[in-house]
Amino acid sequence: MDILNELAAWFADPAQWTGPAGIPARMGEHVYYSLLGLLISAAIAVPIGLLTGHTGVGGFFSASLANFARALPTIGVLFLIVLAAGIGLVPVVAALVALAVPPILVNTHEGVRGVEPRLKDAALGMGMRGHEVLFKLELPVATPLILIGMRTAAVQVVATATIAAYVGVGGLGRYIVDGQARQDLTMMLGGSVLVVALAVVTTLLFAGLRRLLVAPGLRSEAAAAR
Amino acid sequence: MIAVEGGNGALGVWEWITRVTEWGVANWSYPDEPNRGIWPRLLEHMRLAYLSILIGLAVALPLGLACARWGRLYPPVLTGVNVLYAVPSIALFFLMLPYTGFSDWTAIVPLSLYTLVILLPNVVDGLRQVPDHVRQAAVAMGFGPLRRLLTVEMPVAVPVVIAGLRVASVATISMVSVASLVGLGGLGQLILSDGFRRQFDAPIVVGIVLVVLLAFVTDALLVVAQYLLTPWNRGNSGSGRARRSGRSRSRQRAVVATGTPVGAQTTAVRGPNQATAGE
Repeated sequence: MDILNELAAWFADPAQWTGPAGIPARMGEHVYYSLLGLLISAAIAVPIGLLTGHTGVGGFFSASLANFARALPTIGVLFLIVLAAGIGLVPVVAALVALAVPPILVNTHEGVRGVEPRLKDAALGMGMRGHEVLFKLELPVATPLILIGMRTAAVQVVATATIAAYVGVGGLGRYIVDGQARQDLTMMLGGSVLVVALAVVTTLLFAGLRRLLVAPGLRSEAAAAR
Repeated sequence: MIAVEGGNGALGVWEWITRVTEWGVANWSYPDEPNRGIWPRLLEHMRLAYLSILIGLAVALPLGLACARWGRLYPPVLTGVNVLYAVPSIALFFLMLPYTGFSDWTAIVPLSLYTLVILLPNVVDGLRQVPDHVRQAAVAMGFGPLRRLLTVEMPVAVPVVIAGLRVASVATISMVSVASLVGLGGLGQLILSDGFRRQFDAPIVVGIVLVVLLAFVTDALLVVAQYLLTPWNRGNSGSGRARRSGRSRSRQRAVVATGTPVGAQTTAVRGPNQATAGE
């Protein structure tokens, strides 16, 4: 295929791999925005999800939130925030957080709430206190689901960080935006391939995290829930 | 903040809402120019979304059927489909460009794939959770495999399939907006061209609101469709009700996965406990 040869030539060009517009720099920016957005989202969503899941409050709220978030068009939200707050890193990260909080929150809530009641009874019967039940039982059992929520959020964030280039900050989306402006299809495709690669690596990373964080006894169940 | 441009506090918000609404009404459609205004964009959005969903469903049904029948097929297919899901839609739209150009298919092919990814596990799980005694009753009544499939197994799987369809349709309707980046995308075009490029908030807000409304209306239509298709489930808390769309996709799948014995997924053994997989 002609286009594949051009794409290979684009990647092979050494100029592509150096300088502030080179692939490593763009990749670094992309990862930085994504990581920032994801970490802030996790810092907000996981504690709230643990609390609501543990106490059983707010189930309807989190279900509605998930439904609403799924319907909300991300580019609209991003552009609206940029229009309201101006161009820069803050609106981009804010939009990414708005995108990533619902899946993490809902999965954390459902994961903790879905813990087998008999297990909780057993833990209470052994004399565990409320917070011990949460951190020693419910959190480990819910970890597979929480990780799935984080993975969903991470892939969405990596994809959406592409749009950040439309509002003036860097990242891999720049290749797509600049390529579109210059009618350079190869450049656009190069950027897309890099985003896809990053998304696949993200998914693999979460597979590794699952192996690392999920207790051995829960692994078969975690694999089935994948 | 744009929200308080016209004044302060609640009054400013009210003025803003009024301004956005007035813009929406004024630009709804132009009788002289059929391709201008909000209404044509909404129609375009519906066309792209519904076509994608229908094509995804049309592929998911036979593929799910094959996976449910030949259990060995399912793990590799599921893995392939999950890898696909890791590919961001935006990137996929651009990757389609050399092959489809700036046509509807640039949006429809990736979106159909996403629908397929979400639907396939539901089709398989739906068919697998048909209770064994129901299947045996059909056999005892002399139903052949095809008749059993069409009149017994498929209808019993309807609630699970529709649960997946609801998730897929809402996600697809939202994702169509992203296709505006490659020059398609219905309401996304409103958001991008009329709103963002002209630094004007009203089209963006109208676009967002219409996308969300369209998603919720479609969701409601699917609930009605399920009600009509499953008369035996009416008026009780059947498995269809346990699968409200509010649950996340992963949660649904987790519920199905934990409700089904892991070993039974690859073998043909069907225990009676699978009947409660939807709970």
